[in-house]
Amino acid sequence: MTSLLEVENLRVDFPTEDGVITAVRGVSYTLERGEALGIVGESGSGKSVTSLAILGLLPRTARVSGSVRFEGSELLGRSDNELSSYRGRHIAMIFQDPLASLNPVYTIGDQIIEAVLAHRDVGKDAARRRALELLDIVGIPHAAQRMHNYPHEMSGGMKQRVVIAIAMANDPDVIIADEPTTALDVTVQAQVLEALEAAREATGAALVLITHDLGVIAGHADRLCVMYAGRLVEQGTVEEVFYTPRMPYTLGLLGSLPRIDARTHERLTPIVGAPPSLLDLPSGCPFRPRCPLAQPICAAEEPALFGVGKGHSAACHFHEKLINAAAREIFQ
Amino acid sequence: MTTVLEVRGLVKHFPVRSRGVIKRRVGDVHAVCGVSFDLAEQETLGLVGESGCGKTTTARLLLNLIPATAGSVHYGGRDLLKLSRSQMRPLRRDLQIVFQDPFASLDPRMTVAELIAEPLRIHSLFETKKVRELMRQVGLNPEHANRFPHEFSGGQRQRIGIARALALRPKVLLLDEPVSALDVSIRAGVINLLADLQESLGLSYIFVSHDLSVIRHVADRVAVMYLGKIVELAPTDALFNRAAHPYTQALISAIPVPDPHKERERRRIILAGDVPSPVDPPSGCRFRTRCPKFATLTAQEKQRCVNDVPALQDRGQGHPSACHYAEAVRML
Repeated sequence: MTSLLEVENLRVDFPTEDGVITAVRGVSYTLERGEALGIVGESGSGKSVTSLAILGLLPRTARVSGSVRFEGSELLGRSDNELSSYRGRHIAMIFQDPLASLNPVYTIGDQIIEAVLAHRDVGKDAARRRALELLDIVGIPHAAQRMHNYPHEMSGGMKQRVVIAIAMANDPDVIIADEPTTALDVTVQAQVLEALEAAREATGAALVLITHDLGVIAGHADRLCVMYAGRLVEQGTVEEVFYTPRMPYTLGLLGSLPRIDARTHERLTPIVGAPPSLLDLPSGCPFRPRCPLAQPICAAEEPALFGVGKGHSAACHFHEKLINAAAREIFQ
Repeated sequence: MTTVLEVRGLVKHFPVRSRGVIKRRVGDVHAVCGVSFDLAEQETLGLVGESGCGKTTTARLLLNLIPATAGSVHYGGRDLLKLSRSQMRPLRRDLQIVFQDPFASLDPRMTVAELIAEPLRIHSLFETKKVRELMRQVGLNPEHANRFPHEFSGGQRQRIGIARALALRPKVLLLDEPVSALDVSIRAGVINLLADLQESLGLSYIFVSHDLSVIRHVADRVAVMYLGKIVELAPTDALFNRAAHPYTQALISAIPVPDPHKERERRRIILAGDVPSPVDPPSGCRFRTRCPKFATLTAQEKQRCVNDVPALQDRGQGHPSACHYAEAVRML
């Protein structure tokens, strides 16, 4: 059986004045129907570019290669027109900044109705009813009045909920949410994540949740991909990756996280250095300069994703050394 | 423990002016409304709250960077808010600030050495040796003294900001969201650095942050702010084990924990609606419009929340909170 979404060996190059930047270097993953997949990584790890490439939303200068198949049919290389019939209808996207994704000169009601009518041949009244229903699902009170509001009359959390309503307007099969709560306060983040869960429940859509917040992933994803310097360095179920990480970067990331459930004043275990520049990647494993386990082989050869468990893989030559290891022992 | 900073009844109103030629004053933004606290020697006081709660304004008032509407800040037996700019200048050596955005707070045309030397020159204390020493102290390589800020990563730039603040050997350091702009793997290093510096230099910190998980790692005591007021003030452990104010409880419950099992079992308190406008804050308790507890009260009990402003006092939870119906809840 084919998966809902299959990304295979995806590579994205951006030619720049300083040279070619390879933002994504061979990313492969699959998404099953109804599943929630988290993608985590720091700034510049390529997590957003990967999903923009799937929908053909990258600037023209970008060179994309590899394969992206939705229900078995190839999306890469299609014309913008052809992709338009997928966008919103089969694959919907939620961006970080709701202000940038909403049009400031139309009421939010008009914008939701527009989204409904884009892929459906229904009357205006039916579209309006659907819009009200959508606003209700994402938890916007007094939906009928709110329909007449312009984006600037709403708070950030409200706007993001409107964006979620637009994303689910056509019952998509996949919702890609790119840092949907990063710009929001935590109590608002909780509201928006609840709206996102409600949207998934109503549409049964699969979710690709891109974020740098491991806490959000822990609560909302089934499986997890960790990205570093344009590649997947670990993937598996959230339980496996959180409790038994097998790539030093993942272990380091978990160890360096201030946690609300930790003891007070517990010392954190930082990862030394900073992520590499994509213009000047180190040879071999890109995490090598920051890795306490690095050996000569790490400079010679970039590790592939080794299978380390059922559906769990890690890109490290020494993934066996990480069995039952604590971040504190490895990184200090 | 000796008190370093004594803050009493701090108030800041920003005027809202009408449009047009004659800019009439049409109202006030009540940014900070009667904030009082003490800061002890070598203590870290966390100031936590969401956007618009007045935490950054409070921090700037403490340093007399903006004029206060009312209140006092006593340092070394003097009220800082009554001092002129020239009287304030020698005291600025003792009270320094580190800003949130290390990309905006450093002059891009100055080298690191010049940046760190700047405060020393202003106070006629410059020695080349001191700059090198400061760089070493914050974990930067003194050989990089002639580089420009853009040649450094975010974490290193924040270290430059910290070195500048430390240059004059201050007693109190105001940290305004010092790690919010940094990637996770880099954040831990800066948090550890701040802890080490506090211990070796005997500094007092006021740590402003929206992130309670960072606060848990650094703070001895925490003041939670909502709409310009402190709603709860407690030693860090007490805050998490006996949160008394409904807002604190909601805030703690909204913070995701990077642990799939724990995260999925947690009870979330989802707040209704948005933060009211600080131009026209609600009467009585400012949190009542969103308070989950308020919703469960009888009409008679509600009257008290509508009419009486709850004072910040101990209501049997062992630490002060500003809720008429405070009740301690263990949040973790």
